[in-house]
Amino acid sequence: MAMPFYVSPDQIMQDKAEYARKGIAKGRSIVVVEFADGLLLTAENPSSLLSKISEIYDRIAFAGVGKYSEFENLRKAGIRYADVKGYSYSREDVTTKSLANAYSESIGNIFTSNPKPLEVEILVVEVGHQPQQNEIYHISFDGSVTDHRDYAVIGGQADRIRTYLQDNYKANLSLQEALSFSRQALVAGYEKTPVEESALEVGVLDRQRPKRSFYRLSQDDITQALKAVNGASE
Amino acid sequence: MLLQGSYDGSSFFDLLRHDHTHLLPLQHLPQLSPSAADLVAAVPFATTVLAVRFADGVVVGGDRQATEGFEVSSRRIEKVFNADDYSVIAIAGAAGPCLEMVKLFQIEMEHYQKIEGEVLVLEGKANKLAQMIRQNLPAAFQGLVVVPIFAGYDFNTQEGRIYKYDVTGGRYQERDFYSTGSGSREARSTLKKRFESNMCRDTAVRLAMEALVDAADVDIGTIGPDISRGIYPVIKVVTKHGIEDVGEAELRPISEALLAHLKG
Repeated sequence: MAMPFYVSPDQIMQDKAEYARKGIAKGRSIVVVEFADGLLLTAENPSSLLSKISEIYDRIAFAGVGKYSEFENLRKAGIRYADVKGYSYSREDVTTKSLANAYSESIGNIFTSNPKPLEVEILVVEVGHQPQQNEIYHISFDGSVTDHRDYAVIGGQADRIRTYLQDNYKANLSLQEALSFSRQALVAGYEKTPVEESALEVGVLDRQRPKRSFYRLSQDDITQALKAVNGASE
Repeated sequence: MLLQGSYDGSSFFDLLRHDHTHLLPLQHLPQLSPSAADLVAAVPFATTVLAVRFADGVVVGGDRQATEGFEVSSRRIEKVFNADDYSVIAIAGAAGPCLEMVKLFQIEMEHYQKIEGEVLVLEGKANKLAQMIRQNLPAAFQGLVVVPIFAGYDFNTQEGRIYKYDVTGGRYQERDFYSTGSGSREARSTLKKRFESNMCRDTAVRLAMEALVDAADVDIGTIGPDISRGIYPVIKVVTKHGIEDVGEAELRPISEALLAHLKG
């Protein structure tokens, strides 16, 4: 019987990580920014039908980059997890922390045990009743989870965008300002400023809304909001 | 644990049936002896609810009493609930399973919307509810009947629509009005006599109140407006702008007028 070649665990993990990173790097980025009334998720998304940002529960939203089918599955699994938990206990018992841990566990398991890792990075965010209670979790393709304050970014151009966010972030922005800021951050991700800007997909978790705090901004809303801010600054 | 389930559709109810059977209400009801009638006397029953169509949508109402045998179990129970932003569900029958079904149905609507990114059309919602009632059939045979009225605004036809159900999950559309529960016969006869097509909102609200007062007049399970305690029927108005709860400020004068009329 032919023996399989020995490959060290180090090597396997490195290869998998590289494979996953490559997959993710192809996609565009998503930023989440804390603003005065909640959290704003902005994605560059040429498609108006296949969304990258979604509602999970009353105060929780999801954003994914990488392979669509894979983060779409994760998104649905998250909604199922949250709805079952909210049904069997109470709506307040659905916490982002437990959801982020569940994601981390599942994605981590797939990374170690499956030949092919998931080519995804996701954000799970919650708007708190007070601004200091906002939660932002970033879960990577290997299941590692980190929490962030103020802003976070996932996707291919994350490093450059993060630098921009770091240098320019201000607390207590209005919704329009936060949107304009997020768009600039996404543009800063490109090496060369693109000729034509990609369409944006925008989701908001608004603290003021009763019960379900998530809503989407339509293309018209986005254009108007951007116009309002740019008009004021000129 | 997140990706373990085998179910891959967009229905919350089916998700529970596949992967979380233990969470479904009344699925493991033991076969009870013929004296199961005791069970019926021991659980609270919600009584009269009704729905009336008017020009811009539909008015749905219910009284506030729940009975346990011959006792009043609650004077403040609510039997009319928002299923989502444009439809309501009103329940009559065994209160426990009824409330559980309402909760499940509300999550069902929300779950579908989140998974699919779309809202079900009114008929889709009504059919889903029929399936859920059918699942409750074994419990219904033991007396724990759930028979809701489902009503909402249909954006396709631009009108309010009313659906009634039987215990087997049969779904029937009612054209103008419907009432179910112990006082429903009386409520229906009032609705039948006084119904006019294309009523305005205020007339429809008044008619719903009148039917409930008439039901309470005859049926011991139903209670009319209780002005001394400040308890009024729940009345919801569903239009294309959403659902409006009619408040005490509006219901109190209507109630006083109707009760004064009874006095003669």
